[in-house]
Amino acid sequence: MTPPLTPAQTVGPFLSLGLAWPDGPYAVDPGAPGAVCIGGRLLDGNGDGVGDGLIETWQADPDGRFSRSSGARAEPGAFRGFGRCLTEATGGWEIVTLKPAPLPAPGGATEAPHLDVSVFARGLLHRLVTRIYFSDEETANAADPVLRSLPDDAARATLVAKANDGGYRIDIHLQGPDETVFFVL
Amino acid sequence: MSVTDHAGIHPPYDWPDYGSTKWRAPRRPLVVLPENLTEVTGPLLGAERVGEWDHDLTRQHTGVPLGQRIVVHGRILDGDDRPIPDTLVEVWQANAAGRYDHAGDERPTAPLDPNFSGAGRTMTDADGRYRFVTVRPGAYPWKNHPNAWRPAHIHFSVFGRAFAQRLVTQMYFPDDPLFPYDPILASVPEAGRPRLVARFDLDATEPEWALAFQWDIVLRGLGATPFETPAP
Repeated sequence: MTPPLTPAQTVGPFLSLGLAWPDGPYAVDPGAPGAVCIGGRLLDGNGDGVGDGLIETWQADPDGRFSRSSGARAEPGAFRGFGRCLTEATGGWEIVTLKPAPLPAPGGATEAPHLDVSVFARGLLHRLVTRIYFSDEETANAADPVLRSLPDDAARATLVAKANDGGYRIDIHLQGPDETVFFVL
Repeated sequence: MSVTDHAGIHPPYDWPDYGSTKWRAPRRPLVVLPENLTEVTGPLLGAERVGEWDHDLTRQHTGVPLGQRIVVHGRILDGDDRPIPDTLVEVWQANAAGRYDHAGDERPTAPLDPNFSGAGRTMTDADGRYRFVTVRPGAYPWKNHPNAWRPAHIHFSVFGRAFAQRLVTQMYFPDDPLFPYDPILASVPEAGRPRLVARFDLDATEPEWALAFQWDIVLRGLGATPFETPAP
């Protein structure tokens, strides 16, 4: 018999009390070769920045492997694979990481380089799950089975971070005409 | 109502009784994300992230915090009833007066406690067990609706083994008279609400020192057929 699962509840407005990590945004040391910033804003249905949110990311490394170390006391430049950034008052967030490799998927498909993302905030009773892809991976994105499962190009575009000044930018829209695609797992 | 999970365990995003959902709940249908490699793996965040007194919120300052000292303990399990060892558990809560040590909680009617920060973290042991010592948090008013009060609760954040298992939730205390009036607890489908309420645990109390509550967290399992690279 499967035990009943524990339901989610909101992080509430005081999430930073428990979830702030000084090294949270650094999935890799910013000085490591290949380190890139991925950032943007978290926006509500009014277009206002969400100032009490948290963005978490999880991803493969550039060789398609998944880190099993926390990185906290690992060697300099060690890759944690996990990023966590509280949003600023205007909704801004940024993760420093390495660009991941493509990954094999069932049926011989290949997933384009991507990050899995959890969004937490006051007003979200459960995390929201989304993905971040990369604008300079057009060929890989066109073949990605998850992107292909979306209804149209406008939906796909909400998941693609744009190359910008050596890093990538992507805003996450909780609602509105540019509402980000969110997933159920 | 939007679907948040396959099993109907979690609250919907769109829950008008909780006013903050209004501009934050997505309006479009969620898309099913298969459990591929990124979803079935997850960070192993190690014990080096946990300080000596992070599990005991009553010993993080020079003095003793006001309030009822309690032990909160339990296990982190997955959907197959297997314990999840060596996983990070993070908690945060109001003090005994119902005040958060947070710049956003400015109510002058409830005092801060200089001996209580209200944040803790620990790792589960080999059997998936965690244990915190803290003070019982107070209920507190909020502005969701006239005369709104949150039942006393402790926020929990757990990772499990995989991205798919990530969970943030709240633990409540048994027999709280505020339960029927709380839209956040009421957002959970009714059958799941008891899962959020701890059990008074006489066996875990410490005589002349602390009361105790026991609460297990059960995370979803991973798919029945985890993806493996097919042989060429």
